[in-house]
Amino acid sequence: MGTIYRKGKEGRRATSWPRWGKDPEEILGLLPEGLRRREPPWLPQVSQGELVRHYTELSRMNYGVDTGFYPLGSCTMKYNPKLHEELACLPGFAELHPLLPEEATQGMLEVLWRLGELLKGIAGMPGITLQPAAGAHGELTGMLLIRRYFEDKGELERRTKILLPDSAHGTNPASAAMMGFQVVSVPSNEQGTVDLAALEERLGEDVAGIMLTVPNTLGIFERDILRITAMVHEVGGLCYFDGANLNAFLGRARPGDMGADIFHFNLHKTFSTPHGSGGPGAGPLAVSEPLLPYLPVPQIVKEGDRFMLSYEVPKTIGRVHPFFGNVLVMVKALAYILTLGDEGLREASAGAVLAANYLRVRLRDIYAVPYDGLCKHEFVASTKNLGVKARDVAKRLIDYGFHPPTVYFPLIVEEALMIEPTETETLETLDAFIDAMHRIAEEAQKQPELLAEAPHNAPVRRLDEVKAAREPVLREERP
Amino acid sequence: MVPQELRYTKTHEWVKVEDGTARIGITDYAQKKLGDVVYVELPEKGRKLKKGEVAVTVESVKAAESVYAPVSGEVVEVNEELISTPGTINRDPYGNGWLFALKMENEAELSELLDAEGYKNLIGE
Amino acid sequence: MEYVPHTRADIERMLRAIGVEDVEELFDDIPEEIRKNYVPLGLPPLSELEVRQELEALAARNRKLVPFVGFGLYDHYIPAVVNELARRSEFYTAYTPYQAEVSQGTLTWMFEYQTMICELTGMEVANASMYDGATALAEAVLMARRIVGGDRVLVPRSLNPFHREVVETYCRGAGIGVVDVPYDETGRLTLGDVPEGTVALIVQQPNGLGIIEDLSGLKERLGDVFLIVSVYPVALGVLEPPGSFGADIVVGEGQPLGNPLSFGGPLLGIFATRRKYLRMMPGRVSGRTVDAEGKEGYVMTLQTREQHIRRERATSNICTNSALCALRATIYLAALGAEGLREVALLSLEKAHDLAEAIAGIPGYELAFSGPFFNEFVVKCPDPAGVVKRLYREGIAVGPPEYVARMGVEGAFSVAVTEKRTEGELQRLVEVLRG
Repeated sequence: MGTIYRKGKEGRRATSWPRWGKDPEEILGLLPEGLRRREPPWLPQVSQGELVRHYTELSRMNYGVDTGFYPLGSCTMKYNPKLHEELACLPGFAELHPLLPEEATQGMLEVLWRLGELLKGIAGMPGITLQPAAGAHGELTGMLLIRRYFEDKGELERRTKILLPDSAHGTNPASAAMMGFQVVSVPSNEQGTVDLAALEERLGEDVAGIMLTVPNTLGIFERDILRITAMVHEVGGLCYFDGANLNAFLGRARPGDMGADIFHFNLHKTFSTPHGSGGPGAGPLAVSEPLLPYLPVPQIVKEGDRFMLSYEVPKTIGRVHPFFGNVLVMVKALAYILTLGDEGLREASAGAVLAANYLRVRLRDIYAVPYDGLCKHEFVASTKNLGVKARDVAKRLIDYGFHPPTVYFPLIVEEALMIEPTETETLETLDAFIDAMHRIAEEAQKQPELLAEAPHNAPVRRLDEVKAAREPVLREERP
Repeated sequence: MVPQELRYTKTHEWVKVEDGTARIGITDYAQKKLGDVVYVELPEKGRKLKKGEVAVTVESVKAAESVYAPVSGEVVEVNEELISTPGTINRDPYGNGWLFALKMENEAELSELLDAEGYKNLIGE
Repeated sequence: MEYVPHTRADIERMLRAIGVEDVEELFDDIPEEIRKNYVPLGLPPLSELEVRQELEALAARNRKLVPFVGFGLYDHYIPAVVNELARRSEFYTAYTPYQAEVSQGTLTWMFEYQTMICELTGMEVANASMYDGATALAEAVLMARRIVGGDRVLVPRSLNPFHREVVETYCRGAGIGVVDVPYDETGRLTLGDVPEGTVALIVQQPNGLGIIEDLSGLKERLGDVFLIVSVYPVALGVLEPPGSFGADIVVGEGQPLGNPLSFGGPLLGIFATRRKYLRMMPGRVSGRTVDAEGKEGYVMTLQTREQHIRRERATSNICTNSALCALRATIYLAALGAEGLREVALLSLEKAHDLAEAIAGIPGYELAFSGPFFNEFVVKCPDPAGVVKRLYREGIAVGPPEYVARMGVEGAFSVAVTEKRTEGELQRLVEVLRG
């Protein structure tokens, strides 16, 4: 399957446009001569039929949640309701320019305001910004808030460190470092949770805050969460919660009650908006009382029956998004919360945790589960005990028709398989997955080459990543 | 594979001493751990390095590892061949896969390095 | 609940396997004092029909105004093939293509997209997208600092004010000062001396006032200091690309390429640079390689730059990007080709100039700047706030005076025109202005 550049022919076209009033050369005369494009960009020349076949064919080489089971840990690949797509396409939302007057966009502002209020309720925190475009963008916004907070208190110069458990997502250290913080790792204890003694040692007046994932990336809830947040608050630090794993306690517990000062949502995960081959997502941020004066502007407020934009945030960090964030993603998240209601939110977390624990106990007699115990929405297994590579098991799963779990993360487990089934998979699917995992473990002993050479029936065989990195070819070259 | 005549660090660099100059690379154990090397970022000639400072970054497709200066000194040679053929580090880590050479500032620092036996113990060979 | 398939019997079987009596026991590890504080939202579950009706009612409360508004987002026509193909669920329900063998669809179009962006901008390498044009610009400044060093960036007064605010937010956090670059009566920037410690000069093409900048000679004056150009990609159908003028990084808002206005999000951040800076570039890239049988295929490559491998030493924290918007841009550009893109640009250019001429002919109205423009221009008049209100009443929206003022022009509004604006809409706008 080649790219679209290998299709079509000189002179073909897939679209037609209205005629101009004037001669094209005359129109071009409106531009200064030296700035007119000398040579056209090299773009495909295909008929509409060819174009449609090409992208349809490409779609068939992809695996999505609609294709099959997608137990990708930390990514919450749950079923994506079809209603969401239709609602986001409503012209009343999709065709709206963000700089229209407030009186023309009351419905849109109400969507944002209502979503914001609901997210505040789910987080149990008093402030919200919807601007961050993704989880990592929320983290960056969080780091800006922390900086601004300490700047205001005159402590920024000495508060240079951000603490991170060694099981943290890679975005956490990257976000902290991007905003000038020094990252200090906190080791996990034997239960896979934060080692309190190690935390104690690292706490001091140079600590700006801690970034925690709750439950952590092993799928384990920090039983000492209140202790941890209290210890950080004790030294004047702030607690940032990475909300990638909110599906684990949706409708049952609130980060605000756990001591969070900043909490980011991943609407594309927990609220199923979907992932879109890598984006767009949305990463709204809820904050605690002390951080309210620093939130990004504009805020969306309600006065009487009217929704409006407010710039009345005295010490705002400014804008992190040119407009209001990924609004169409938020339309979907609002639809999702309204569909579920309180009951559905609880049912989602119950189903997710039930399925994860079921897979854990059904797989642990064959695959090692290094931190075995009650898990939340996901757990981490290892292939090390079988003497095979996690990558090989993952690739073999493709032959069985499943998307592989997350591999080699978190970094504290060797040959890790991070498995998150979500609440939307049937028991039959979970059992079929268990069955495949058992068969692969058998194959690993009897026919290891089946794993090493997998996948055998995907659109391509295993790809040479070393070649791709040593001699990067990143674009089609002109013939 | 741990050649007898070389010195080693706990961070898996090897050092070959040649008349006031230290030639440096990564050990066979380190290259195996890392996997196929796809990219090397070398220091500039003339740069002064302190012992323990990051001198080189060696990348595979899944990791980017720092190589630290085992001793202090000035970079006098770099193995530019590696830029086009980084896989040499995998094929010949102790020979053509060397990374850079330092003119040592303080030869006494050599005594802090491990000998072959010490390094073998470290990696459990 | 239609999204959760577990029956009573399924739940019991799973509970038995786990060895607990009740689902609630699975939450025993969350301290009781936290769980007991939970306050429900007070929301009953709703059926699909009810949710649809509720959201449709909200959508209907937004008034349809004819958008003559720009500021980086433009109301271009989106061909039906773009909507149809981008909405295939194999694309939108997939994750980031980490497992290449089952993601060849995504990785292939990413490779096509990278090629198209390089071609449009005249650059050598492009990533697979950033969130939006504004954060792409801010990330370009951070990248420039990693290469050039320094502690200040030169930012035109004429930069899109929303992009400026985002750049200012990032720069404040990263310890980079912002130095204003003024413009003259043509609306074009006037570059004075480049101070010591400058990271980069930002140039927007066309700028926030709609004026086409003259990029020639700028890079020569900057030397090692980076030239970062933020583009309007449709304009590149007729304008010489920044790559020809020695730009080090080209960024831009990609929304006009097949993406709806979406009330400002999701958007598409374009990011391209020189090959020599490839390893300093933020964001994902797809690369061509071969599989075990020698067959061509694509993988995400150079991932050692990224956060999941390099962590605090990564080139950026970006993970989730704007993939689906980039897919729309890819299909849009493939559908239009160079010829179609040129036609769309020419239509926008022509209609904008016809309209500008008509407006400038109305007593009391004048174009604020004499420089060349593409499809957006600033109009000065005695009572812009009143004029804009009058236009709203007549169902027409233009660029609000308060945002134009943020670029230092008082008493003015702005107008943007695309191929979608009809002769009738243009005439109507002129009539209302004439009063």
